[in-house]
Amino acid sequence: MTTLTLGKALNMGLRKAMEDDPKVVLMGEDIGKLGGVFRITDGLQKDFGEDRVVDTPLAEAGILGTAVGLAMRGYRPVCEIQFDGFVFPAYNQIVTQVAKIHARSRGRLPMPIVIRIPFGGGIGAVEHHSESPEAYFAHTAGLKVVAVATPADAYFGIQQAIASPDPIVFLEPKRRYWEKADVDTDATPDPLFRSRVLRAGDDLTLLAYGPMVKTALQAATAAEDEGRSIEVVDLRTLSPLDLDAVYESVRRTGRCVVVHEAPTTLGLGAEIAARVTETCFHSLEAPVLRVGGYDTPYPPSKLEEDYLPDLDRVLDAVDRSMGF
Amino acid sequence: MTALEHATEVVDPVPGTGAPHLPEQPDSGPEFVQLLTPEGERVEHPDYAIDVTDEELRSLYRDLALVRRWDVEATALQRQGELGIWASLLGQEAAQVGAGRALAPDDMAFPTYREHGVAWTRGVDPLHVMSLFRGNDMGGWDPVATGVNLYTVVIGAQTLHATGYAMGLQRDGADAAALAFLGDGATSQGEVNEALIWAASLSAPVVFFCQNNQYAISVPIERQSRVPLYQRASGFGFPGVRVDGNDVLAVLAVTRAALARAREGSGPTFIEAFTYRMGAHTTSDDPTRYRMASELEEWKLRDPIARLKAHLARAGIADAAFFDAVDAEGDELAVRIRTGTLEMTDPAGTEIFDHVYAEQTPDLERQRAEFVAYHASFEGEK
Ligand SMILES: Cc1ncc(C[n+]2csc(CCOP(=O)(O)OP(=O)(O)O)c2C)c(N)n1
Repeated sequence: MTTLTLGKALNMGLRKAMEDDPKVVLMGEDIGKLGGVFRITDGLQKDFGEDRVVDTPLAEAGILGTAVGLAMRGYRPVCEIQFDGFVFPAYNQIVTQVAKIHARSRGRLPMPIVIRIPFGGGIGAVEHHSESPEAYFAHTAGLKVVAVATPADAYFGIQQAIASPDPIVFLEPKRRYWEKADVDTDATPDPLFRSRVLRAGDDLTLLAYGPMVKTALQAATAAEDEGRSIEVVDLRTLSPLDLDAVYESVRRTGRCVVVHEAPTTLGLGAEIAARVTETCFHSLEAPVLRVGGYDTPYPPSKLEEDYLPDLDRVLDAVDRSMGF
Repeated sequence: MTALEHATEVVDPVPGTGAPHLPEQPDSGPEFVQLLTPEGERVEHPDYAIDVTDEELRSLYRDLALVRRWDVEATALQRQGELGIWASLLGQEAAQVGAGRALAPDDMAFPTYREHGVAWTRGVDPLHVMSLFRGNDMGGWDPVATGVNLYTVVIGAQTLHATGYAMGLQRDGADAAALAFLGDGATSQGEVNEALIWAASLSAPVVFFCQNNQYAISVPIERQSRVPLYQRASGFGFPGVRVDGNDVLAVLAVTRAALARAREGSGPTFIEAFTYRMGAHTTSDDPTRYRMASELEEWKLRDPIARLKAHLARAGIADAAFFDAVDAEGDELAVRIRTGTLEMTDPAGTEIFDHVYAEQTPDLERQRAEFVAYHASFEGEK
């Protein structure tokens, strides 16, 4: 058991994946000497060389487009996008190429590409550094999308994603990079595409992923003081969604709230609300509620606390749900 | 003098990553436009003469000194937690002031996030730049009134905007041009290459002003280009010029000429201002991880302000009293920037909703009302 920050856990997970498979190649801006702006790749170029840890030209379309060619040669490219807001120059390659090549080639050309994106806000940054673009990718058939919330999931998840034969958008909650937890690196991890109940409860089912998992747990603790028992589920995988545990939970609690930082309209919460309603309609005591960012551009940092869901807004939704 | 001979001290060497980076030294041939040497001597260039009055020279010096003072104050304010981040222009003052001063009132500048010197020459209030880096807004100035577009953080995007703006000027028969700023790293972006193609193809009145400060965060120029950047222009079909970016006179002359050429309908020019980012990429960056301290020492010898000062003093254009007065003005400016920044009031939460659309949507109006009601529900709790 070692205590690791989420960032360090990613670093160790990447190192392990590179040791296990010589075909793993890391690509991204500033990931070599600098170790990435968040130091997630710290020391890897030094130990694995410039062929395996590539400081790329400043061109995201290039990073993803060349990853396709490398994958065709049997490599497993792990692409770092420096910040969420800078994935869009690569969006064309991701959506029109990476996502479709397996289907187009009828499986002859697998695309085991991992696209690592530090995502979400709360770090006081300037614009384009705090966004939550997951819905764009979850909406794209052919891509899988996961979001990690803990050091242990970061450590194992990045290795599982790299080993997976499909292209995966791997979302890292940047504001949680520095948070620590114990990681048993010898443990057998849960499957990558599986949600997880983090806390049992009877009154309401609270769903979150990535940076909002911690907020959801805090809300559950706070609600306990008011005598409310909240079940918290870390979704972990956004595409495919794994909602069996959620359905089971909602059938017991009759109430469901989904939290994410991304704008609420057409966010992951919308799809989850639809599925929970379709599947658990007769058990529901209240409509599925969503707590998310507003339908506005991500605001300047002085306003991000007003924009982002926080403990109070989650508790407010819990109150509203219980009030039905 | 080759820099390598002096480069003994290596900060945080990273074994296995090959030879340490040292920026290619600018040559002194006609391909490299210089009018003021690092020692402060006026030299001639066959293609770029400049006629400046003593008064203009002094005011150029004043601009350089004041933007540096602003930059120093902003860095200090960030360190004290008053700004979220700051992107320093240290070392790039001449490139920015020279380019900014070349603009005519009707021209339009398209900056990145570092062109504080350009903003200054256009009369943008420094506090309107500070409010962006403080996190109060996305830039408080009026792009139309100042002729300076808002800062663009997504690398290279603004080069296409400048080109489209130039297409508009072309259609209007306007006697004006667009000036697009970009970094050396930005030249790798697909969108920048599209901008160069569009500008060439449509012969748009746009000038691309690339400050080659040798690094894109940690990545040295060699990773972006295997030829000097100015030479790329010929592949796109228009002239490219390399200018000493630490020589405000040369930058002014070259940019003036390129803008004049654009305005008269002869199409785009690519200017590579060869310079050096003397500070960190931003206040979040730690350059000791990727470059040698000796590099900075080399470039200090080519400091853009010191050379103009030497020239002014030696030629008797300015005396000690003048320099003292500029220093005093700099201190006053710094005080104004500091107090102005500290006195900024935080924006109202409803700002989030108020400018998203030209015509507000019912949905967003509802979210705004809910936001107001939600926050009102906490009144009296505190
Ligand atoms: C599309 C995009 N990708 C990545 C970034 C992150 N980033 C910010 S500045 C920078 C380096 C820019 O280098 P350069 O163009 O040389 O300009 P400089 O900062 O040196 O002035 C990078 C990679 C970004 N802002 N936009």
